[in-house]
Amino acid sequence: MIRVLTLVSALGLAAPVLADPAQRVVSLGGSVTEIAVALGAEARLIARDTTSNFPPSILDLPDVGYIRALSPEGVLSLGPDLIISEAGAGPAEAVTVLRAAGIPFEQMPGEPSADGVLAKIDAVAAALELPAEGARLHAEVAAGLAEVRASAAAVTERKRVLFIIAIQAGRVNAGGEGSSADGIIQLAGGLNATSGFKGYKQMTDEAILEADPDVILMMNREGDLAVLNEDILKHPALGATRAAREGRILRMDGMKILGFGPRTPEAARELHDALYGG
Amino acid sequence: MVALPAPALAGDRTARAALTFRLLLVLVLAVALMSLGTGAAGLPLLQIAGDLLGGEGLTQRDQVILMDIRLPRLAMGLLIGAALAVSGALMQGLFRNPLADPGIVGVGAGAGLGAVSAIVLGGLLPAGTAWLVGPHLVSFAAFLGGWGVTLLLYRVATRGGMTSVATLLLAGIAIGALAGALTGVLVYMADDVQLRNLTFWGMGSVAGASWQKLAVGLPLILPVLLFAPLLARGLNGLALGESQAGHLGIEVQRIKRLAILAVAAAAGAAVAMAGGIGFIGVVVPHLLRIATGPDHRYLLPNAALLGGTLLVGADMIARTVVAPAELPIGIVTAIIGAPVFLWILLQRRGLGGI
Repeated sequence: MIRVLTLVSALGLAAPVLADPAQRVVSLGGSVTEIAVALGAEARLIARDTTSNFPPSILDLPDVGYIRALSPEGVLSLGPDLIISEAGAGPAEAVTVLRAAGIPFEQMPGEPSADGVLAKIDAVAAALELPAEGARLHAEVAAGLAEVRASAAAVTERKRVLFIIAIQAGRVNAGGEGSSADGIIQLAGGLNATSGFKGYKQMTDEAILEADPDVILMMNREGDLAVLNEDILKHPALGATRAAREGRILRMDGMKILGFGPRTPEAARELHDALYGG
Repeated sequence: MVALPAPALAGDRTARAALTFRLLLVLVLAVALMSLGTGAAGLPLLQIAGDLLGGEGLTQRDQVILMDIRLPRLAMGLLIGAALAVSGALMQGLFRNPLADPGIVGVGAGAGLGAVSAIVLGGLLPAGTAWLVGPHLVSFAAFLGGWGVTLLLYRVATRGGMTSVATLLLAGIAIGALAGALTGVLVYMADDVQLRNLTFWGMGSVAGASWQKLAVGLPLILPVLLFAPLLARGLNGLALGESQAGHLGIEVQRIKRLAILAVAAAAGAAVAMAGGIGFIGVVVPHLLRIATGPDHRYLLPNAALLGGTLLVGADMIARTVVAPAELPIGIVTAIIGAPVFLWILLQRRGLGGI
């Protein structure tokens, strides 16, 4: 074990001398990791955080834990020469120590919007020193976003969408203003059925009835977290909404719709088509 | 203050307590050295010593690992473990109740309220004030919260210069519930990121160790560790009951006030630096009482050593077992400590009470 670690650290120390740009990159945050992979840099990644789970091949990399609770020595032990991260990596002391060890720590902008995705792609490409690939991915994602925006703009009657992140003991936790769910619903040409609260919050049954969504959107989840259609139909408030009465309940991949990475145009397109038909 | 007559049972246990102190001193040094040589990045002590003796010096990476990560972490672990254990011993002595811990005077609830306020509302502070505390806002608010709630409780429970321990206990439950409810309001207002941050805060960690944090925490904790033994005779007297202690010439009110202030400072600073770390405060004094008896003259210094040792040991596990990630330390102290403690209790059951 120690021998392996020594070898790893020896490699880590040698890398910056041998080659520029960085070859041993720790990527923190699902969307940043997805962008790095989409830029063709997967081979340069040596570790990820818990929220990085796409593409599935990335799961083989060592996991340095949750992005906001990093272990400075744990990250150092992997011998990285660059750390790229979504906004909000921490604790602050860990980031300070990693910088003190001479490892560049690049935090990317994080707005859950179309412009935010493009800014994030530019920043990751710059950090990885992949200008050509960055321009290509930027153009590709921008084109996809423009296309879905055009479709969204053509919508005459906007569907009201309620995004439910979880239902626990009958209590509904929904996506409000400024949440990434709000961002993707708008991008797809829908209207967020909730109003008056920010982020993800528990909604009262009356507020749900008041919101009366046309469509209920949820994440694909398995096991205990899965919400079955019957659960929604049986729920006193959800069951009475137009969405439940008409059976308009959508499920999509959580990281894909909420991550705001390279798959965002595709996610927005899928949601748009599901709302308004292809 | 009058010297108390030696308790009838003292005899062999005093010698045992003194021996325990020496053993713990050795143990804490051993664990400290082990901790310096253990971590996700390898770098065992022998290699450090070899590099230094070989005149090569350490590489920048090794220097950072040793000086900026492991050393402050070790110091913080020792300090916080000692602070929690000594605070626990003081509270158990003051309340004459083995279930007491620093939380009983509201330090935990207050610090939790302070920390959660800072996590959730910190963004609302005017930009100009941010530089004052900067990244230490959460620690600062936690300390103020713990200190504030404890002082409030003390005021509530003190009438005509006398503090009622029963009122302290009951008012502590009420104020704890109030602080918990206010924390609940803030948790409700929190967004996803803040929720995860405050969950992690509640599980405790010394991952955020830095010399800066130590520089703030040390002046609050070290004096308490050094001067707590001065309260030992008073607490021993209190064990006989308040009026008996008074007849023995012990200034009961002064002992109460000093003990509560000491706990507010030491436990408050510990929680502020490392978040919620349970278990150490209740269990360390217990283990020592089982081993060496209830004499606070030995209990307090021994608790400091054992508390520091246990926390540094738990931290070694926390930062290596899931490397390169790490576990919150509060989980480790409880997962390992609770079964061990239960086992000791069951072993002693036949001996009839503790």
